[in-house]
Amino acid sequence: MALTRDEVLHVANLARLSLAPEEIELFTRQLNDILAYVSKLQELDTAGVEPLAHVIPVFNVFREDAVREGLDRDAALSNAPAREEGAFVVPRII
Amino acid sequence: MEVHAHLLTASKIFCGCATGFGAPPNTQVCEVCLGMPGSLPVLNHKAVEFALKMALATNCRVNPESVFARKNYFYPDLPKGYQISQYELPLAEHGFLDIKVEGHARRIGITRIHMEEDAGKLIHSESRPVSCVDFNRTGVPLIEIVSEPDMRTPEEAVEYLKGLRNILLYLEICDGNMEEGSLRCDANISLRPVGQTELGARAELKNMNSFRFVKAALEYEIKRQRALLAAGREIVQETRLWDTAANQTVSMRGKEEAHDYRYFPDPDLVPLRIEADWLESLRKNLPELPAARLNRFQAEFGLPEYDAEVLTSDKTRADNFEATVKDFPHLSPKQVSNWFLDDPTSMSTITPATSGSLLTLVEKGTISRNQAKEVLKEVVATGKDPETIIKEKGLTQISDASALEVAAQEIINANPKEAADYRAGKTKVMGFFVGQLMKQTRGQANPQLANEIFQRLLG
Amino acid sequence: MREGFHSLSISRLAARLARGEVSAVEVTEAMLTRIKERDGELNTYITVDEAGARAMAQEAEAMLARGEATPLTGIPLALKDVMVTRGLRTTCGSRILANFIPPYDAAVCARLRQAGAVFLGKVNMDEFAMGSSTENSAFGPSRNPWNRDYIPGGSSGGSAAAVAADLCIASLGSDTGGSIRQPASLCGVVGLKPTYGRVSRYGLVAYASSLDQIGPLTKEVRDAAILLQAIAGHDPKDSTSAPVPAPDYQERLGREIKGMKIGVPREFFGAGLDPEVAAAVKEALQTLTGLGAELIEVSLPHTEYAVATYYVLAVAEASSNLARYDGVKYGLRADGKNLLEVYAQTRAQGFGAEVRRRIMLGTYALSAGYYEAYYKKASQVRALIRRDFEAAFRQCRVLATPVAPTPAFRLGEKVDDPLTMYLSDIFTISANLGGIPGISVPCGFSSRGLPIGLQLMGPVFGEADLLQAAYAFEQATDFHRRKPPF
Repeated sequence: MALTRDEVLHVANLARLSLAPEEIELFTRQLNDILAYVSKLQELDTAGVEPLAHVIPVFNVFREDAVREGLDRDAALSNAPAREEGAFVVPRII
Repeated sequence: MEVHAHLLTASKIFCGCATGFGAPPNTQVCEVCLGMPGSLPVLNHKAVEFALKMALATNCRVNPESVFARKNYFYPDLPKGYQISQYELPLAEHGFLDIKVEGHARRIGITRIHMEEDAGKLIHSESRPVSCVDFNRTGVPLIEIVSEPDMRTPEEAVEYLKGLRNILLYLEICDGNMEEGSLRCDANISLRPVGQTELGARAELKNMNSFRFVKAALEYEIKRQRALLAAGREIVQETRLWDTAANQTVSMRGKEEAHDYRYFPDPDLVPLRIEADWLESLRKNLPELPAARLNRFQAEFGLPEYDAEVLTSDKTRADNFEATVKDFPHLSPKQVSNWFLDDPTSMSTITPATSGSLLTLVEKGTISRNQAKEVLKEVVATGKDPETIIKEKGLTQISDASALEVAAQEIINANPKEAADYRAGKTKVMGFFVGQLMKQTRGQANPQLANEIFQRLLG
Repeated sequence: MREGFHSLSISRLAARLARGEVSAVEVTEAMLTRIKERDGELNTYITVDEAGARAMAQEAEAMLARGEATPLTGIPLALKDVMVTRGLRTTCGSRILANFIPPYDAAVCARLRQAGAVFLGKVNMDEFAMGSSTENSAFGPSRNPWNRDYIPGGSSGGSAAAVAADLCIASLGSDTGGSIRQPASLCGVVGLKPTYGRVSRYGLVAYASSLDQIGPLTKEVRDAAILLQAIAGHDPKDSTSAPVPAPDYQERLGREIKGMKIGVPREFFGAGLDPEVAAAVKEALQTLTGLGAELIEVSLPHTEYAVATYYVLAVAEASSNLARYDGVKYGLRADGKNLLEVYAQTRAQGFGAEVRRRIMLGTYALSAGYYEAYYKKASQVRALIRRDFEAAFRQCRVLATPVAPTPAFRLGEKVDDPLTMYLSDIFTISANLGGIPGISVPCGFSSRGLPIGLQLMGPVFGEADLLQAAYAFEQATDFHRRKPPF
């Protein structure tokens, strides 16, 4: 399953990462090296093995439905790159 | 259809922030719902209970274990870059809702019900090329109810939606407000030419925030797709928005790109195990649902099926009807029902105490039915009680036989032909005479008394 | 001015503070002075919080005076810059968070504040904890105090180097694939990765949520027990936190390990293991035998798949965890013609190469058509690795292995070869996949004078076993007493 240059660009777009031209080649090569290594997983027969998502068998962790004071607005916005009238500001979504 | 319903919890699904609508931007937020680095979600117990109630009420099979998954996509109203939702193992599956359209019963399959968090809100500036993000709504608990492609007409779709909304209101888990977005729906619609078994390409319709718009959008879309097919053209699978102003659906093509949500189980949340006894205790404590109430209204109040249906199809209406009948036992349930069927909106707006006293005044003959209708409108408009309105408008009914007799005799004298007809056996003419008397008395005559007087005078 | 506080362990410094031989303020001032004078050589701190440290020292002083001291009151600590600290810049070693001031405290930070500890500042790390050398920090690499041409390990390299160089008394790091144990080994200090769920992750900036765990890096085993005690326990804000009470971790320190069954997994001693490391670890096994432990050869047959499994699961989770850095709510925002460009530029400029590489890899592993082959497959192999451990721990109480295949390598030696760098985590990654605890204790030195560590791994919630065995080993040897030429 070798990654092509186009696939690398597609993945970069999905991940919202712009790649410099020289990075495209480098990443394609490095990702393919890693994927080639990772492909050793395919050697294993895992039929019927339940995937392990949580190592500690904990279920049903809840909080009660109680309102708790959150952040005041200034604190919420204090790290925002752009803000206006109590809101985060972004370039217009077309 | 994909229906999203806000659950009426006090706090958000994964943090303690308040869920109220209409607060100033970004005043109901914390590190969790803002997706601050390091913050972690913890599931709101009540949100699960509410979702389970809906699953039970729509006859779904609740999965013994369900899992929260991350739906990954970038959008400014999505602070973590993913939405916590459910994917492979949703809360519940394989349910149904029975609806009735023009007397025909239909069963609409429900594919699944899953829980997820809502996103924030974008406010687009009109003057500059920017959008403002408000995260108050981020993390408000939602259930998404996905139906099978079982609906065949816009009417069925609207009935299905109304049915779901009604159940949500009966369960008191959602306020059902479509304008504020507490209840939202997307509809996938496709045509199937006669003789073809496969459904055609579908359009996904969005932005329909009232029953009226749902119906209009679906009707428009059927017309549009039919015209395209008739012209031998293809239907493009796409998302289309209902444009309220233009009264048509508009393609979003070009504005969306192919999605690849890269779902995977959220490692920050542990699986949900719905034990049988938990489910059982919820089932036992479910309130009476519309279908059961419909049957009971027929049995307990001797109402025709139609009446019971109209009454129970809206929780407030049914509640008001039932309270009126119970608090005013001298009123006949059918009489009360008639009023609710005549003017459901007004009757659901006023309190049962008011409707009871108004109908009692009619029953006692203090005012006529027509007068009462007028009073009802005034009660709704002004909030005053019926007695006050009656006094202010001088709306008492003339129940003095001698006063009416004089006027009745004059009417008979002035209309000899009709009088002769009546005497010849055309009893239908009675309506004419009573009508004339009502006109003369400006509706204040007691119709029953008027009837008696004419019968006597013409007899 | 009194000399030498900086080289004290937590327990000895606490004793001096308790006896009033020195004040918390004096200790803190001495540490701040030492950092100011010496940290330039190692670059272990990203942010030194002088004002905050002084305020905390005052508070500690008051606690001591009131007789409310805990074992950590007045102890100057360094926090890996991946735990959020309210009002104190938290960068994760990344440009994208270079100016991020968290509005809240991580659970561990809140606990340590309560205990009266003093935070000297935030220490260096590989960006978002992705790396094994601390070379992936946007704030420059840290250096190994034993030889400044060498890396200190990573990703908690700043923590390990600062502890080894006495630039703090102890430190908290985080470990996703070995990020506490490997730098501890390479810097000659003690590093403990607790059982997954033992310590709250609330406020630990996520790299791979199902693997991340916070733990102590200390000069001695006892300090690791003390620091773990302060941070372990259930936290209702972390759904994956174990609802299991923490035992007394100091209770079994000093108990003999006669008869303790120690498993030696044969897969950890094969090709690729540096001969000096192999020799040091084998000698350590002899020492353990000499203490009465019974060595048993065991097998963890899926060990060779651990790195591959990890580099699917960790990067998949990372690709999602790091999606929030989009220039909207906090952190860097780059300019762009439209929103899409702002996103792509912000993330390209804000993240370093290794982080971008892992995001790409993880995005790919989760993308349509590949989920089954990568993410799901790796989750299944993870289950097999977990079973291996369960089987092994039916035969023994703890496992003894090397921590890293080699001693520290030179700065720049592996930066262009990500895969080789990944393989340096080969002995530590399994514990994260299995969710089990692991500790690194100094067990020797290479001919170049670089430290070598012994790894002990235990069953789930087996921290007390590890501490008991590690303490016995430490007390029987003197590697922990040696100081770097710094």
